[in-house]
Formats: sequence, structure tokens, C-alpha cells
Amino acid sequence: MGDQSKLMSLNLKIWRQPNSGSQGEMIDYKLDGISPDMSFLEMLDVLNEELVQEGKDSIAYDHDCREGICGMCSLMINGQAHGPEASTTTCQLHMRKFKDGDTIVIEPWRAKAFPVLKDLMVDRGSFDAIISAGGYVNCNTGNAPDGNAIPIPKESADLAMDAAACIGCGACVASCKNASAMLFVSAKISQLALLPQGKPEAQKRAESMVTKMDELGFGNCTNEAECEASCPKGIKIENIARMNREYLSSALKSK
Amino acid sequence: MSQSNKLDAKIPSGPIQEKWDKHKFDSKLINPANKRKFTVIVVGTGLAGGSAAASLAELGYNVLSFCIQDSPRRAHSIAAQGGINAAKNYPNDGDSVWRLFYDTVKGGDYRSREANVYRLAQVSNNIIDQCVSQGVPFAREYGGYLSNRSFGGAQVSRTFYARGQTGQQLLLGAYSSMMKEVNKGNIKVYTRREMVDLVLIDGKARGIVSRNVVTGEMETYVADAVILGTGGYGNAYYLSTNAMASNCSASWRAYKKGAFFANPCFTQIHPTCIPVSGDHQSKLTLMSESLRNDGRVWVPKNKGDKRPPNEIPESERDYYLERIYPSFGNLVPRDVASRNAKFQCDDGKGVGDTGLSVYLDFGDAIKRDGENTIRAKYGNLFEMYERITDDNPYKLPMRIFPAVHYTMGGLWVDYNLMSSIPGLFVLGEANFSDHGANRLGASALMQGLADGYFIIPYTLGQYLAGTKLEKLDTNHDGFKSSLDDSSKHIKKILDVNGSKTADYFHKKLGKAMWDNVGMSRSTESLNKAIEEIPKIRKEFWNDVKIPGDSNQINLELEKAGRVADFLELGELMARDALERKESCGGHFREESQTEENEALRDDDNFCHVAAWEHEGENKVPTRHKEELVFENVKLTQRSYK
Repeated sequence: MGDQSKLMSLNLKIWRQPNSGSQGEMIDYKLDGISPDMSFLEMLDVLNEELVQEGKDSIAYDHDCREGICGMCSLMINGQAHGPEASTTTCQLHMRKFKDGDTIVIEPWRAKAFPVLKDLMVDRGSFDAIISAGGYVNCNTGNAPDGNAIPIPKESADLAMDAAACIGCGACVASCKNASAMLFVSAKISQLALLPQGKPEAQKRAESMVTKMDELGFGNCTNEAECEASCPKGIKIENIARMNREYLSSALKSK
Repeated sequence: MSQSNKLDAKIPSGPIQEKWDKHKFDSKLINPANKRKFTVIVVGTGLAGGSAAASLAELGYNVLSFCIQDSPRRAHSIAAQGGINAAKNYPNDGDSVWRLFYDTVKGGDYRSREANVYRLAQVSNNIIDQCVSQGVPFAREYGGYLSNRSFGGAQVSRTFYARGQTGQQLLLGAYSSMMKEVNKGNIKVYTRREMVDLVLIDGKARGIVSRNVVTGEMETYVADAVILGTGGYGNAYYLSTNAMASNCSASWRAYKKGAFFANPCFTQIHPTCIPVSGDHQSKLTLMSESLRNDGRVWVPKNKGDKRPPNEIPESERDYYLERIYPSFGNLVPRDVASRNAKFQCDDGKGVGDTGLSVYLDFGDAIKRDGENTIRAKYGNLFEMYERITDDNPYKLPMRIFPAVHYTMGGLWVDYNLMSSIPGLFVLGEANFSDHGANRLGASALMQGLADGYFIIPYTLGQYLAGTKLEKLDTNHDGFKSSLDDSSKHIKKILDVNGSKTADYFHKKLGKAMWDNVGMSRSTESLNKAIEEIPKIRKEFWNDVKIPGDSNQINLELEKAGRVADFLELGELMARDALERKESCGGHFREESQTEENEALRDDDNFCHVAAWEHEGENKVPTRHKEELVFENVKLTQRSYK
């Protein structure tokens, strides 16, 4: 703290767009006095404090928990979803990953199914719509047997947990050239397909979630694996293979 | 200050083991076909709000759900790491409903309501079952059965967990159940909405005013009952482990409409957080308390020892928790662990650049179990620590310091979780009822889900079945005047047109709160807070600056609205702390301590809940008492030695 010699000056190029109906543009900002211990969002906080002091509209961006778990934060940073550090959300990215004098380009997620609301903030309601199409087990409160009634092999539970770690941030969509949501959708389908609780509805789930995904304007998967590379939670593309299997088996059985 | 007796907790009669079953049987029911005629508003989509919305929709109620984030899945329950307690006794180590009840009452330093806590322990097991059925991937042993671990304040292993992401998995479980009901048309979700007022008609909660933060539109919604699951108010301190948008506004508007605010001074300062690194700090990050299972807390024995931790030999380290509390050691409850860290730092033994941290050392655990075992248990926490601090905790001990984490206080509710306003129910952290003066680890998730899945579905039915509610729409004068008041409030903030940002005032309030109403409180510090906070409030209303207008996304306006409410709540917290002239749990009054610096309760004078009633702007609120009666647990000085 307080080590003046380490403070950085940055050139920022940030997407500004007043609202969903208007055109946006990149605006340049110069920012001084940034500590390497700041998080990326704290750096933006500093810029916003300056803008407000000047009577200008602050830059809108989504964020909430700042612990890398809520999935609210986003941002394409120098063309990479959540910036340069692997397995890290924007809120957990720290300025020590940048150098004094760097130019940083900051843009919103860009995908047809994620319209920009303002500046760097987008509408990811389409993810909720996909989950509501089948990303659950139909088990009303009160139905459940004892938690230990169905033993689940540790390996399955661990794999299900790997898939369930998805935070629904949308980095996979933003980094895919086709704006495909397959990694997101497959993570939920996999989690439930790996567990006995999810089996009874497995077929229907895969079919209705995939149909909904297509309806909402997400693109197709062409196996570039950009989604996996950008995922802050390390969700693997094996999940997409599992989803395809579930979907195929659902398609075969329904005929 | 008047101390009247106005609060009826409506605790059912009979032995504690039978109260809840008896109450459920005695409650009036609503015929399944009639439930769809009732509309219920649920504000907040965390564990409490989300589970309530899902369960009520399953029963057939027409549910309107509101959240500030862009999706119900993002509520701050998601950040809970360590686990959820239940009295399953799977490890065969002597746990029971009674023991969970007993530990929770004792952990809360005997300031919670026995009947509520007993019910919480009773339904704890159903929660685990329900979550497993939803597909929550809890940790399992090789045999396929559920795994448990220990947590602070207990000598049994009763905590269920999903790696270090238990809150996330439980929340996604509740969220998926909500989405299932959205698909069926039983829940309508309103995202990016902030509740700005509670609408009362004929003295009953009948709806809300909300602001759509994308369009700026002010909207009104009618219901037959309103449920708040809007979380705690730890952000009154500015720096806390809460999410950036966590706020007190929904509770505060309800308070101003007549809901009593109970024990506002009961704040939990969590012992294992990553220390502050500079003035830019926007929030604090918690490291799960489960780390204390394997990590050993220490400071150098000698004041001002600036050697790197690896160069300090065993003989010159003070594992002070193990020394002072041999039977619980590093697993003492949170309030005790936090206070002791503060004492060590006050004593000049704190480590790091600021001297405001202590070590949490995994060296012995890694030697004993190997790095891989430790990685499997805490890998994601270690990674998070390294990402934030740039230190590798496999090689160097972590540095930790206490931070504001949870508020045990909240809106007063009776046994039915109904506030002092008929038709207004309050669940989870937003209410006050179950954790007394200190919450045990892994109990917040348990309470949120207990309230939402297993309690409100019964108690709401009882209220609706027994209450005459006239048909209404938003043209009613009550809605119009609430809408008008809310719009004026927002305009008033915009019209100040001063020179300082909302964060400037929030930080100033936070400092006043942390310095004077923090881990240790005195008559002097509390009086200082009561004097200082109104000054900050006055400055805010004269000098806050909000660029832009209210007809668009305006983050500064949102922040300012929340800060305005925290500036009022902060004063109430200080007032409550001043009136409670005893130490209990997280509330430590310097004037009331044992010779060994432990919190000293005053059961003769303070074995009660303090519930505050709003008396109007800038008037001193009235303090009411609900006496706490302990028929099953004997009040003793808590000892973890």
C-alpha cells in the first residue's frame, strides 16, 4: 500500500453506448495513480469517481460479489473475455497483470442474444430462459427421500460438481465466434445427467434446453474451444460432447 | 427512552419438541384450488427469497419475484463458501436435533428465541434431503454417501458442503426450482428492480413500489402478502464481505412504515478475511471458516517482529487460540476468534505491512496430509487468496483479519416470521430471529433455506386463511401516494447537485461505524457515532452529486439511494449498541467484560430482544422489549476453553 513508485498510468479505450437503442463508440480515457494491488473493477471505480466529479455520466458495468462467484461481472479486456489471466473473472483480475503505460481496450460482451443495455452492461436474460426450459429436477419441496438414500459414486459427484461450478457469466458466448451457448447449456445438462436425480428427465431436458438455446439466437458449436479457454471456472468442453450424446439419445428415443 | 411491552412472539404452547408440529396442525389451511387466487410478492432471490418463491409457487400461489441483479441466480447467498449445518448425525459422533439447537442457542450467546431455533434444527435435515433431490452436488465419500466436516462453535461434524462453493450450489438449487415454476407460469420474475417502498392499506402490507433500474420507471405491484428476503445490512460499514449491491433499503422502508427493527447492533465480524490492501479497497473477501479446521492461527510472540513468517521459529510463535481455548482451539466461534485477532493487533503483534493481520498457517497440515489433500479440500480458496494477494499459501502462511460479514439483527418477526406489520413476512438474514448475538458458521444457509422451504409455506397459509383482504388494484390511493413519495425522494437526491460522490459519503459513514460501532464498543465511542453520523447525513443532503437523470441506468443514483438509507440505519445501530449495556456475542462493550476479556452478559437486565419503532423523521425511535424466556437451555457464561 502507498508505494508511489509502483503506481501506473493507463490509456483506456472504453465502449460507451447511452442505451440499447442508440449507437455506441469507443472513447479514450487517461488514468493515473493506479496501484497494482487494485482489482480491475476498482480501477474502473477510480475512473468513475473522476467522471462523476467532472459532472459526467459514469461508465455502466455489471458487478456485484467481487469474489468471482456471482457471475455478474463481464467485460472483453483487450479482446479476451474477463481479461488475460486464466480461470479468473474480471472482478478477481488485479492490475499487477498490467504494466505502466499500457493501453487497455474494454468492451461489452457482444452477441445477438446479449443486447447491450448501456456501455458495458448487457442483458443476459436469455440464460434464465434456457434454464427455465429444463435446467432443473422436477422435485417439489417435501418430496425428497433421505439424502443418503441414493449413494452416488464420488467420481460422479465430483464430475457433476465440476460442471455445476458454472457461474453463468456468458464469457463462453462472448468469446465464441458463433456466439454459441453450448458450454453453458452443456454444463447444466451434464451436471444433472451425471446424477441419478437427473436421470428421469434427462431426455426431455436435453431436447428442450437445446431447442430453447437455438430459438434465442445463439450460434452453433464449431469446436474452436474458445469457450473453454475463456471460462473463469474451468468448465470443460467434454460437457458439450456429453450434451450431444444426451441430445442424440433424446432425439432417437423420441422417434 | 420508553420500554413498553408491545411485542407478541406468538410462540405456541407445549413442550419445545412439539411446538412446530402442533402449530402446523392448528394452522388454518387454504384449499389447493383457492391458492391461485392469492398473489404473493417475494423481494430478493437469495436462499431465503428464492426457496420461498419456489415453494410457494409449487403450492399454487401466484408469485411475483423481484431482484436487483440481472438474474435471480446472482443473489449474494451465492458467495457463501463453507457449508450448511444439519443434525443428520451421519458421522455417528453424537449429533442430534437437540444438540444443534443447543449449540446454536449457546453460540448466539443466549439472545435468540428458543422456539425458533429448535424449529430450525428440526427442519435442518429436510433441507439436506431437498437439496440432494434437486441435484446439488454435495461432497461425497468413496462409498457414495454424503461427507461432513467440522465448523466453528461445534464439537461434532455436521456441516455438508460442495467444495468451497456451498452457497453457490444451494442457491443454484433454489434458483432452478424457481425457474421450473417460471416455466409453469406460477412465478413472474422482475429482474433489475429495486424495491423503494412498501405499500400499506388498512394497516396491512399489500404491495410494493419498485424502480426499474434499466428504464428508471417507477412501478407498483399489488399482492395479498409481501415477503422480504433482502439480506443483511453489513454494507453500513462500507467495507464488508457483502456484495456491492447488498443494501438495507427494503428493510429500511418497511421500518419506516412501521415494522420494528430488532437488535440492529448485532453484527458479525468474520475472523478469516483477506486484509485491506489500500484506500482503493471496494470490498473485503472472506476465506471460509472451514480453513480453521486445518489452519493454525498465530502471531509472533515478540511485538514488532518483522521477520518473514518462515524465519520465525516455533518457540517464538504464539498460537494464541490454541493457548487460550485448549478445548476448541482454532475452532472457537467467530466472535471469539475475531476479538482475539484484534487484541493481538492492538497489542502490537499484528503482521504484514499494516500490522493489521494475523497468520493462518497450513504448514503443519501440509506436512501431515500432503499438499494434494489440502488442495482437494481448499484448492479454490487458496487460488483466490493468491489471486488477490500475490502470495502462495502453500508456501507462506495466509494473512487474515476480521471483516464485517453478517448481521444477526434485522426486522423483528414473530414465530410465523411475520413482522409487526400484518402481511409483511421477513426471511433469512433480513430477519433477526435465530442467531442471537452471534451466528455460528454454516448456519446462515440453513436458516435461509429453512425459512423459505419449510416455514413460510405453512405460516403464510395460516395468515391468508385467517385474514380478510379486499380486492385492490394499483389505482388505490395508497399506491398512488407511495409512488408519489418515492418519486419525490429520488428527485430530492438528484436535486442536491452538490460536489461529492455517493461513495465519498459511504466511506465516511463506514469509517465512523468501524471506528465506533465495530469489534469493540464503549459509551464514549457510541456517543461519538450518534453525534457524527447525523452530521455526515446532513452533509450528504447538502452536497451529494449525481450526474444524469432518473430516466435511464444511473448507477450513481442507485448508490446514493442506498447510502441515504445506511446513513439513517447506522445511527440506529449505534443507538441500539449504546442502550445494550452488556457484552454478548458479536456485541462487545468494553465496560462489560470478564477478567479474561471475554464478553460478559447481563442476563438480569438484557435478556431480551430490543425492537425499535420508527417515530418519524429526525425523531428518536422507541425501544421495545421482547423478553427472552429460556425453558430448555440453561444460561451460562459461554466457555470454549
